[in-house]
Amino acid sequence: MKVMNLVQAINDALDIKLAEDKNVVVYGEDVGVEGGVFRVTEGLQLKHGADRVFDSPLAESAIAGTALGMAIAGMKPVIEMQFDGFVYPAMNQILSHLSRFRNRTRGKFSVPAVIRIPYGGGINALEHHSESPEAYFGHTPGLKVVIPSTPYDAKGLLIAAIEDPDPVIFMEPKRIYRAIKQEVPDEKYSIPLGKAKVLSAGEHVTVIAYGAMIREAQKAIVLAKQKGISVELIDLRSIWPIDRDTIRESVRKTGRVLIVTEAAQSYGPAAELISIVNEEAFLSLEAPPTRLTGFDTTIPLPLGEKFYMISPERIMFEIEKLVRY
Amino acid sequence: MFNEETLNKYKPIDNKIFSLIDDEGKPLDKKWQPSLSKDAIIKAYKDLLFERTADYMAISYQRQGRMFTYPPNLGQEAIHIASGMVLKNEDWLVPAFRELGAWLAKGVSLKEIFLYFKGNEDGSRFQAANRMLPVSVPIASQLVHAAGIGYAMNYKQEKAAVFAYVGDGGTSEGDFHEALNFAAVWNAPVVFIVQNNQFAISVPLRMQTKSINLAVKGVAYDVPSIVVDGNDLFAMYEVLEYARNHAISGKGPMLIEAKTFRVGAHTTSDDPTKYRTKEEEEAWAIKDPLKRLKGYIAHNKLHDFANENALIAEFKKKIDAEFEAAEQHGDYKLDDVFGYMYEELPSELKRQKNALENYYQNSGGAK
Repeated sequence: MKVMNLVQAINDALDIKLAEDKNVVVYGEDVGVEGGVFRVTEGLQLKHGADRVFDSPLAESAIAGTALGMAIAGMKPVIEMQFDGFVYPAMNQILSHLSRFRNRTRGKFSVPAVIRIPYGGGINALEHHSESPEAYFGHTPGLKVVIPSTPYDAKGLLIAAIEDPDPVIFMEPKRIYRAIKQEVPDEKYSIPLGKAKVLSAGEHVTVIAYGAMIREAQKAIVLAKQKGISVELIDLRSIWPIDRDTIRESVRKTGRVLIVTEAAQSYGPAAELISIVNEEAFLSLEAPPTRLTGFDTTIPLPLGEKFYMISPERIMFEIEKLVRY
Repeated sequence: MFNEETLNKYKPIDNKIFSLIDDEGKPLDKKWQPSLSKDAIIKAYKDLLFERTADYMAISYQRQGRMFTYPPNLGQEAIHIASGMVLKNEDWLVPAFRELGAWLAKGVSLKEIFLYFKGNEDGSRFQAANRMLPVSVPIASQLVHAAGIGYAMNYKQEKAAVFAYVGDGGTSEGDFHEALNFAAVWNAPVVFIVQNNQFAISVPLRMQTKSINLAVKGVAYDVPSIVVDGNDLFAMYEVLEYARNHAISGKGPMLIEAKTFRVGAHTTSDDPTKYRTKEEEEAWAIKDPLKRLKGYIAHNKLHDFANENALIAEFKKKIDAEFEAAEQHGDYKLDDVFGYMYEELPSELKRQKNALENYYQNSGGAK
């Protein structure tokens, strides 16, 4: 066991898979010599060689498209989009090809590629460095979308993502890259994709969140406890596939649900989750399923983020409304 | 003066670099005389010094925690100042994010620039700058906008050029190639300026392309292209002036590769010691654009530098005042988040905004 933050845990997962499977390669912008702008791939080029961990030319569409080529030819590319807002040039490849190749070729070719994307706001960054584009991927048939919130999960989920036979979008909450430390086993382990995790059991309200919002929700739970409200917190972990079983079980018990996402509201992950709640637990509901999301605005530059980013107090405000309903 | 004949002598495939002064600022061709007046040369020098001073101040504000990320221009200023000398009010400036001196020449205020890099969109209003686009972070994406503007200038029969900037890394993006192709096919009056500062964050040019230079990429699109010494203000001025005339006289786009070096970090979040050597930095320090222009001026006794410290002190005062103005800019308001998404605020956005206001009213001061 070592105490690791998310950056170290992701690095560890990559290191293990690079050592274990010669078909794994890691590439993208600045991931080689520099070890990534967030240092996630630090040391990997030195250890595994420049033909396996390398800097590509600067072109996100080609980074994603070449990953498809490598994947269908028997390799396991793990590529990095430097920031959330830089993935858009690659959307054509991801939406038109990576997600569809298996179906288009009736299963003859599959695309076992992983696209890592540091995502989310709250880091005082320039434009296009603070976005939450998970809904685009969750909406695209053929992709799996994974978001860890802890170092332990990050390692296990990334190993599972690399071993998955289909394309996985692996989104990393950069705001908490170094904020959370946790004991992480040295050995290889994997966490199944599509399985949520109940982080704390509770009776009155279910809160469903993922990524950096987990930490805010955990702070809100402390506030709720002070008022005698018992909250069950579900870390979704996979945006797609969605773990209906865990959601059903929890909401049938609590009767109240709040979904918290940093992503913009309309057609976002919270809308999908509320539909699932309605389908699975309608007769158990004591209050309308509620969402607390980013606004339907461009995420503001740093000075405006205080309005956009969701605070524990705002989560608590919604929890109380649900309980009082 | 740079003309078609000169252009033909510098074919990108031959990999020759158009340069007029040496590292000391002495003319490479003894018969060469600048087309710029003495006053214009002195002004260019002062503008370059101002840009550099502003940059150092910006880095210092950032280190004091008074500004977030900032991309320094150090070492690339000759490209920006020469651009500013050529750009006319009716011309368009389509920036990437590292062209400070050109922005200032276009009428952008330092206050706005500081405000933007402090993290406020108000810094992109550019109230006194005509036809100036905001910073474009997605690499090379702005170049296709430039081709579109160029089409519009032709369509509207306006004699105006579009100055569009990108870095060396950006030439690997599809948008770079698509923009060159569109501009060529449309005969659009676009001057594409590649600031080849040798690094795309940590990635050196040799890993970015196998081409012998970046200008050669324009040849296949039939865009007249040239490699220019980007640290030579005179060379940059002459080529840019030629390219503007070329564009507005209906001859279409040009591609200028300005060879330079990013002396500072990619941004204040970056640490160049991770990926480049002291030797490389020192080799380029000899080619510093300010030093070379100063050398030219000194050799020709155009100006007395005795008062330079006083001049820098005056610049610093002015820059500080602009920074203070940015700090005094009003608080970021909730309306600033919602107010500019659509011409009219849709009811759903009104609802979302009201929900937050309602929260503030009931939260007992919590945010």
